[in-house]
Amino acid sequence: MLLIRCPWCGPRDEIEFRYGGQAHIAYPADPDALSDADWADFLFMRDNPRGPFRERWYHVHGCRRWFNAVRDTSTHRFVATYRIDEEPV
Amino acid sequence: MTARRLPDGGSWIDRSRPLTFRFDGEEYEGFEGDTLASALLANDVTGGFRSPILGRPRGIMTAGPEEPNAFVEVSQPWFDPIVAATMVELVDGLVAEPRAGVGRLPSTRVPSRRAEHRHISVETLVVGGGLSGRTAASAAASRGDRVVLVDERHRMNDAPDDVIGLPRTTALGIYDDGYVIALESTPELERLWHVRADHVVLATGATERPIAFAGNDRPGVMLSTAAAVYRRHFGVKVDEAPALITTNDVGLVARAMVMDGGPEEGPVINFQIDPISDELPTDGSLLVSGGFNPNLTLWRAIGGTVEYHRRFACFVPGKGPPWLKVAGMANGEHIPDCAPVWYVDGERTTAFVDLQRDQTVADIADALDAGLTSVEHVKRATYIGTAIDQGRTSGVLTAAIVNQMLGTGPDAQGPTSARPPAVPVPYTTIAGPDRGDLLDPIRRTRIHPWHEEHSAVFEDVGQWKRPRYFPRTGEDMDAAVARECLAVRSAAGVLDASTLGKIEVIGPDAAAFLDRMYTNRMSTLAVGSIRYGFMLGLDGMVADDGVAMRLADDRFFVTTTTGNAAMVLDRFEEWLQTEWPELHVYCTSVTEQWADVAIAGPKARDVLGALGTDLDLSPGAFPFMTFRDGAVAGIAARVARVSFTGELSYEILVDGRRALELWEALLRAGNAIGITPYGTEAMHALRAEKGFVIVGQDTDGTVTPDDLGMGWIVRKDDSDFIGRRSLRRADTSRSDRKQLVGLLSDHLLPEGAQLVEEDTGRTPMATIGHVTSSYRSPSLDRPIALAMVARGRQRHGQTILAPLPGSTIAADVVSPVFYDPEGARHDG
Repeated sequence: MLLIRCPWCGPRDEIEFRYGGQAHIAYPADPDALSDADWADFLFMRDNPRGPFRERWYHVHGCRRWFNAVRDTSTHRFVATYRIDEEPV
Repeated sequence: MTARRLPDGGSWIDRSRPLTFRFDGEEYEGFEGDTLASALLANDVTGGFRSPILGRPRGIMTAGPEEPNAFVEVSQPWFDPIVAATMVELVDGLVAEPRAGVGRLPSTRVPSRRAEHRHISVETLVVGGGLSGRTAASAAASRGDRVVLVDERHRMNDAPDDVIGLPRTTALGIYDDGYVIALESTPELERLWHVRADHVVLATGATERPIAFAGNDRPGVMLSTAAAVYRRHFGVKVDEAPALITTNDVGLVARAMVMDGGPEEGPVINFQIDPISDELPTDGSLLVSGGFNPNLTLWRAIGGTVEYHRRFACFVPGKGPPWLKVAGMANGEHIPDCAPVWYVDGERTTAFVDLQRDQTVADIADALDAGLTSVEHVKRATYIGTAIDQGRTSGVLTAAIVNQMLGTGPDAQGPTSARPPAVPVPYTTIAGPDRGDLLDPIRRTRIHPWHEEHSAVFEDVGQWKRPRYFPRTGEDMDAAVARECLAVRSAAGVLDASTLGKIEVIGPDAAAFLDRMYTNRMSTLAVGSIRYGFMLGLDGMVADDGVAMRLADDRFFVTTTTGNAAMVLDRFEEWLQTEWPELHVYCTSVTEQWADVAIAGPKARDVLGALGTDLDLSPGAFPFMTFRDGAVAGIAARVARVSFTGELSYEILVDGRRALELWEALLRAGNAIGITPYGTEAMHALRAEKGFVIVGQDTDGTVTPDDLGMGWIVRKDDSDFIGRRSLRRADTSRSDRKQLVGLLSDHLLPEGAQLVEEDTGRTPMATIGHVTSSYRSPSLDRPIALAMVARGRQRHGQTILAPLPGSTIAADVVSPVFYDPEGARHDG
């Protein structure tokens, strides 16, 4: 079970969290301006790298705050976690 | 051979405490500190076991968890369907039977030990209470760590000072970041430990390895160190002069210990000196030592690598996670030099490799002859290593035999890895206290006691208990539901709607926020008014529905479906936190704070008036889709004019603590007009008569508002809301999408029934849709159904078919609004 460092609560067990997929995919400022293909790309397509990956986590059974993390997908090691309003690590 | 208890000796037993136990119907005596296996040997019971597939006679072969033969069912004083006799701590009155490697579930409830879970967080966890383990624990404690030391045996030397020592505790599995699950198993209880540690030390020792030779599975064949353990810790001598076959010096030492330095008799085969010079004895006691395998199950489970060690003829740890260390014999320390002998060629069909799977050298050879070359494939072809003992004695042996037979060198392939749990764990232990009433929280409304008193039949909606219907004496469900529905249509009914999800959305940007979350515009809603809304996913599909009441410019009260309350609040939070942190909005769940009683029917206004309220109930002053705060029956209430039945209806929201009082007052006030409590079944039938959808029943995550014929709920201006862009995608605007329709048929259609244009009598048939809701409509006195059908709105007037096993039901496609299509009744 992963030990995840919530930026607000500190290290907690993985079961307190919910995974939220790739981070830093902003909701488009003007969805109407996007082609169907670009909208589908925003809606469905996500990266799946081997190695460091920026992703969103939700401390759902804790402070109920969303935050971002960099996790190495090949080792599960968390390189960093940071608040939503902080610059990406 | 004759095994016996010596008159003295045995560091783990207390001879002042004799115990009586039964095995296979016979009564025996042992001592406190014995295992079942040591007590059996003390009584000269060396055999009595059978192999699971071939039924061959087997005996106790080991003194630990690696035992592949001596499995028992324990029936008193606790129940365990299958466990190695070497791991059963003897207690007075123990009753056990041999089991041939397969457990049996009893047909009746059996006594189970108390089960509990414990969580602990420490700096250092040490697995294994031998010398290396205690040394590591001591070192960690002396630098100030909190330390837990677990050992699977029932006797452990005293833990060092300041160390939490847990004997009888087996580490079952190891997970990321120093998380270890361990099972403490005592005669009284089973306790599952969840340990989080900064550092984990595996001092798990090494297990002696057998050698495969013809007849190596007969009773009397025992690992050499097991015989030494029985001699030293239990004062049990397995034989006066056992024979020995060994690849290393430890075998010689163990035999000498068993013989107490007595006369050197019996054949000894030492592969370090020469190949077989003596005949192997075919009866009597035979000690075996094929070498030692470091116990690396946990190490490998978390991704640790292993390397072959030529001198020791075994696999030792390579690289692993930074928080994990291996110490002592598990780390390859103190392992004796060992001749790499794995099997003695001869009759291969009785040279057993995995005794618990009855698999031999011949079976491995067959698998290789069939063209397999990987140990993983050999495992799956033979099932070697898949029994309860998880290949503790067979894993390395199998890999080595495969390597040797393929001529690839001893380091070519290592053993397969074992999965957690390391030993069998009863489900009752995994469940712990979370059983029966504690399995899942049960949520009851404030009015629940009344429902129980009045014989409600309940249904589970999420964790909630909701009355499904209220049968009177002699009524079945259909009769009760029909009576409840007709009462709502002709007079008035009351429904406990308290389970509805309720969220207060507060802040200067609350209106702007709800505009983005719902398909219709909430910001133009007047204070005191109510609007029905759909929430879509980003993909444009209906996710939930509910109403929003505007309490003030900056304050809304939003309802959700009963089952989606948590999901909707989470979704609000997600968007507010991750996309729109600039919006000043707070969301608070108030589901439990507000009870909600719906009164529905043409007489609803009369009942409310009779009950006494300071609200002006006239339709002009209190129109449909508005709410008012006031007093009802002297209780502060928020009354909303919404309708899920099509009838004149008020939802009365009050402080939960006064809900029962309100409910009973309503029933008294409506007694004269025959007010009737109704349940969820009548509610569903009533709403289906009106063609009102239930999100999650008539929708399945692939349905847009337009598919439901509810395009009117989607605003057409340029402002954005979640899911809006997706409604223009090619797929969501396809003309042949499934659309909500009504179906009229002579027979009740089963929900989920597939619909076709033509019944070819042969499957597969091209389906055009399926039934989503189906009821016997009391108001129309006939079956009605809702269905999602391709191009459904163009099919009104067509007849389509539902082919079912044994019959086909014809159904006319109609509008989904069966009752009061003009919507005239909601004003009473």
